[in-house]
Amino acid sequence: MKRFRLLLTGLLLIAVLLGACQAKDSAPSAAFEDTFKVAVVMPSAINDLAFSQSMYDALLAIQDWMGGEEAMEFVYSDGMFVVDDAAAAIRDYASEGYDLVIAHGSQYGSSLQEIAPDFPETSFAWGTTVDTFGLDNIFAYEAASQEGGYVNGVIAASLSESGVLGVVGPIETGDAKLYVDGFVAGAEATNPDVQVNVNYIGSFSDVALASEAANTHIAAGADGLTGTAQMVVGAIGVAEENDAMWFGTQASQSGLAPANVVANQVYHWEVILKEIVQMIADGTFGGTSFVVDLANGGEAMDYNADYELPAEVMSLADDTVKGIIDGTITIDLGE
Amino acid sequence: MISDLLSMTVLVGILASGIRLATPYLFAAIGETFGQRSGVLNLGVDGQMLLGAFTAFYVAITTGNLWLGILSAMVVGALMGLAMAFVTINLHAEQGISGIGFYLFGLGLSDLLFQKLLGTVETVKGFSKVYIPVLSDLPVIGDIFFRQNILVYIAFALVPIAWFVLNKTTLGLKIRAVGENPEAADSLGVSVARIRYFTIILGGTLSGVAGASLSIALLNVFQQNMTSGLGFIAVALVYFGAWRPWGVLGGALLFSLVNSLQLWVQVLGIPIPSDIAVMMPYVLTILVLVATVSRVRAPSALTKPFERED
Repeated sequence: MKRFRLLLTGLLLIAVLLGACQAKDSAPSAAFEDTFKVAVVMPSAINDLAFSQSMYDALLAIQDWMGGEEAMEFVYSDGMFVVDDAAAAIRDYASEGYDLVIAHGSQYGSSLQEIAPDFPETSFAWGTTVDTFGLDNIFAYEAASQEGGYVNGVIAASLSESGVLGVVGPIETGDAKLYVDGFVAGAEATNPDVQVNVNYIGSFSDVALASEAANTHIAAGADGLTGTAQMVVGAIGVAEENDAMWFGTQASQSGLAPANVVANQVYHWEVILKEIVQMIADGTFGGTSFVVDLANGGEAMDYNADYELPAEVMSLADDTVKGIIDGTITIDLGE
Repeated sequence: MISDLLSMTVLVGILASGIRLATPYLFAAIGETFGQRSGVLNLGVDGQMLLGAFTAFYVAITTGNLWLGILSAMVVGALMGLAMAFVTINLHAEQGISGIGFYLFGLGLSDLLFQKLLGTVETVKGFSKVYIPVLSDLPVIGDIFFRQNILVYIAFALVPIAWFVLNKTTLGLKIRAVGENPEAADSLGVSVARIRYFTIILGGTLSGVAGASLSIALLNVFQQNMTSGLGFIAVALVYFGAWRPWGVLGGALLFSLVNSLQLWVQVLGIPIPSDIAVMMPYVLTILVLVATVSRVRAPSALTKPFERED
């Protein structure tokens, strides 16, 4: 019996070792004779009208750019708000031989730091952040969301009749904080007497709390609201109920409240994804960080066609965008 | 600045918000109270809520009939309750684990159906605020208590009804007996299985309504994982409320009022960091729990499967 057990253990050990070797060998290098395979892990749904949707839309654009499904295929795991599940998905995708695995969520960082070294032939991309952990197979990307936030703030302060604006934030971190600070800066630069109230609800997904946060702003006199992350659908509903303006970010939210949404800052991640794909084709799997901003077209202002924006406000917005791009406008993020 | 908190607008705002926020917790936690008093822990509440929320939203948006939406949410919640009851009572599964399984099932299925049947986030014309003659016109009280939608009123009405059923009816006596000492109840002719089936299905039905209250009354939208863990807090509120409906009401109100308070604290610029403000409802609830824990005792048979010895 003892010898049998020893034999079994030995066989198991060999099987495990073989399996591990298999995994390393089967991850192909990013040669583009074959279909370029991309996998992405996201914390919320692909139709969340915000963060995850922006990446999903960008991948569709990349697929188009590369020539359709034979040239590039992508798969996704959305709703991965539990980091352990996301880590398992990232590891699975890497071991299945995907060329590029995108961890779309700053919370996935520590998992990626553990996983990436195990798959040196796989390129990983992580956002929103600047940190590549000094590894040569991780790209980092982030959004200068304060730029579109600033433009939204300028428009909001110009249009506001009550002089009070409200911001519903998720958690005071990352590109959410950048957007909020940018919005406040833009509003205050346009009208020094404007009152911009901010509350953070402590969650990216609690729609009910976002709705009450917006109610709080309305009660405080706000006639223009903004916010970021997928929970804002609750706040948009309150804006609609109370005839207040809404300013969106990450994706176009005009469809949700056509009479109330004024403008959106839309992310175009494909701008930097193209660079990443090109670098992978040239044999570099990581080590660089990217930023999407107004200058490189990774961020763009999208105006709701159903909302009548006065001409002078529209040209003020355009001038603001130009000013940010050429550097004449600097955004003071305070602290 | 802190004195701003005492202005009428702010106080009315905090109370009205708190009452709305408490509504889904009340539906879910009262339902869970019945189950736990009979000895069954159901951690799948959040999944039942999500499936109920989606069902109500989808039915409302396709038929335009809000009450049909509520009814379908109740049916869906009841079906999930039935499944949970079967797994718990007939299969004697570990209740905590099977509960989590149902949560994941509800979370995943609601999202899958949403992606396939609707595809994009949109709004529905949900229950509007109910106008009650005389009461709604009262100066401050009217704004806080009597300008809410009908599901809010139903949620609060459930509390005295649940109290009455649990404490003043034979059914309630049987439920409590089954939760305290199922062997004794069984020997006296009470069908433990039947009582537990009833309470778990009732709990599922109310969780479905809790979800519907979000998607077609309070928020008028459906989104993946929109409950964001609300169901788990509802389960915690049952413990907090010492398994009594009025205690559950107290817990739901405490949690929700502090949540709406912290939103105002941030808006009024009171210099508390947002991360601390957001913690306040949870910290306060824990503190109150710690202060009262010695006086509280769970139903003795909670989470223990019952096997009838023949």
